[in-house]
Amino acid sequence: MYDMKPTRDAFGETLLELGKENNNIVVLSGDLEDATRAEYFKKEIPERFFNLGIAEQDLIGTAAGMSMVGLIPFACSFAAFLTNRAYDFMRVSVCYNRRNVKIIGSHAGVTVGPDGATAQCLEDFAITRVLPNLTVVYPMDAIEMKKATRAIAEFEGPVYMRLGRPPFPVITKDSDEFILGKANVMRAGKDVTVIACGLMVHEALQASDILAGEDIDVRVINMHTIKPVDREAIIKSAEETGAIVTAEEHQMAGGLGSAVAEVVTRNSPVPMEMIAVNDSFGESGEPEELLKKYHLKDSDIAEAIRKVIKRKLRRG
Amino acid sequence: MASKPADIGALKELARHFRRDILETIAGAGSGHPGGSLSELEILITLYYYRMNHKPDRPDWPLRDRFILSKGHACPAAYVVLANRGYFPKEELKTFRKLGSRLQGHIYTAIPGVEHNTGSLGQGLSVANGIALGARIQNLHFNTYCLLGDGEIQEGSIWEAAMTASHHRIDNICAILDYNKVQENGPVSEIKNEEPLLDKWRAFGWHAIEVDGHDFSELIGALDEFDTIKGKPTLIIANTIKGKGVSFMEGQAKWHGKAPNKDELETALKELGF
Repeated sequence: MYDMKPTRDAFGETLLELGKENNNIVVLSGDLEDATRAEYFKKEIPERFFNLGIAEQDLIGTAAGMSMVGLIPFACSFAAFLTNRAYDFMRVSVCYNRRNVKIIGSHAGVTVGPDGATAQCLEDFAITRVLPNLTVVYPMDAIEMKKATRAIAEFEGPVYMRLGRPPFPVITKDSDEFILGKANVMRAGKDVTVIACGLMVHEALQASDILAGEDIDVRVINMHTIKPVDREAIIKSAEETGAIVTAEEHQMAGGLGSAVAEVVTRNSPVPMEMIAVNDSFGESGEPEELLKKYHLKDSDIAEAIRKVIKRKLRRG
Repeated sequence: MASKPADIGALKELARHFRRDILETIAGAGSGHPGGSLSELEILITLYYYRMNHKPDRPDWPLRDRFILSKGHACPAAYVVLANRGYFPKEELKTFRKLGSRLQGHIYTAIPGVEHNTGSLGQGLSVANGIALGARIQNLHFNTYCLLGDGEIQEGSIWEAAMTASHHRIDNICAILDYNKVQENGPVSEIKNEEPLLDKWRAFGWHAIEVDGHDFSELIGALDEFDTIKGKPTLIIANTIKGKGVSFMEGQAKWHGKAPNKDELETALKELGF
């Protein structure tokens, strides 16, 4: 019913457009430009493309240096390697120095599939969102990815953006607004709010369809910017619906659920449930099989919604 | 480019005075890193008083030569040189490591003339490469200098950057190694031997030169040689003495990161002729 397209394809296409429009855009790759789709840029603008080999620390450090002479570097590799291997370079050379570097981590989440645990980054939100000065973004589909890629290029400051590997359903419209730090309400609802990101927005929408038959009216929010998280949207949802479920393809510890809980508990405490990977590494398998195994499906979200609504009603 | 022939005697006299400033700055803070600051001093003086194109009254001049202190803990020497060169008031050295000061415990960009915050070792060479490559893309003509510590090059990331510089034939970069041969807990040769260093850097595709890092003439000669090298990056191994100029600090690991007390400061200044 929806068109399907990998967000990384949309990233690669938009990066090339940006490169043609702006000579200051440079692209650095950790020898994964085929996978991240940075190769679209490489093929047409080779003079501003650098494959720095399998050396993620050097990749981030070099990008920081390039930004110091007015360039806008996009440093691209797998999320797992960039955020983990090059973390200290992100912390000191990029964030502490406020460098205008765009760190692009693709192949995040269990839906990376057959490559298994080492490639399936499940901790990038947790470790990036604790870095001061860093903006953290995860677009939910190809159309949103195009807007997000443009938005982070225009934004002055360090950004981490997460990309997925498999085709995601294309749900948003060209006309939808995209503003960094401002969540999008995908579906209105009054009984409970699901705050999701990436592929899980789609699962949340399907959960909402399931529950329509049970007379539960679910609000669905796409929190495409993990940091700064949209506090206003969270508080409003807590106050108006009285219960929140978060959903993400990430560890439960430290991710979107934690970011939402930090706002909810301090402002408008309501019952919360979290759909996420629960303190486990991933494994090989097909994306759909892995979503089921790690309890990241629409049915899991629906079950969490039933549970949180019970808790809400008990509170009176 | 050097604007005028160097007056070696004058540079030596600067070094003597700056050693006093460094020791007083660290003693005033009650903590800091004298060992590496004293070993790298002649290198910094050669860069800022002879070698680099820069304008202390215009620290953001686009065509200035860039300097990255990758061994960010050895910032007292850099702060002293920048203050004396006119980048910021010398009086401010007294605030080193104090709450609210621009003079952070590891080198910090709030100070005019400082290009990049460092402190976690092994990052500066990649950043310097990025500046130099970026300058090539932007068609900006200036040099980038990067000062490395010998303990620091035990970080694997330095060798990632070393490969990047030679692979991309970055010849507008000159790295200088402050080879004082002592790191925080003892001699480099005992902790993780790095020799043969010249061979290592040459094998990584660099034009590598070895000099006495306290001899201005040799430092100037090496930097002039860097100017003539095309198509590859240059590394100068500057053989230095940790804690140089203060007898009880020289070659001693315990003075890597410790401030002299009042008596020790007095003894040191006496040795320096004050």
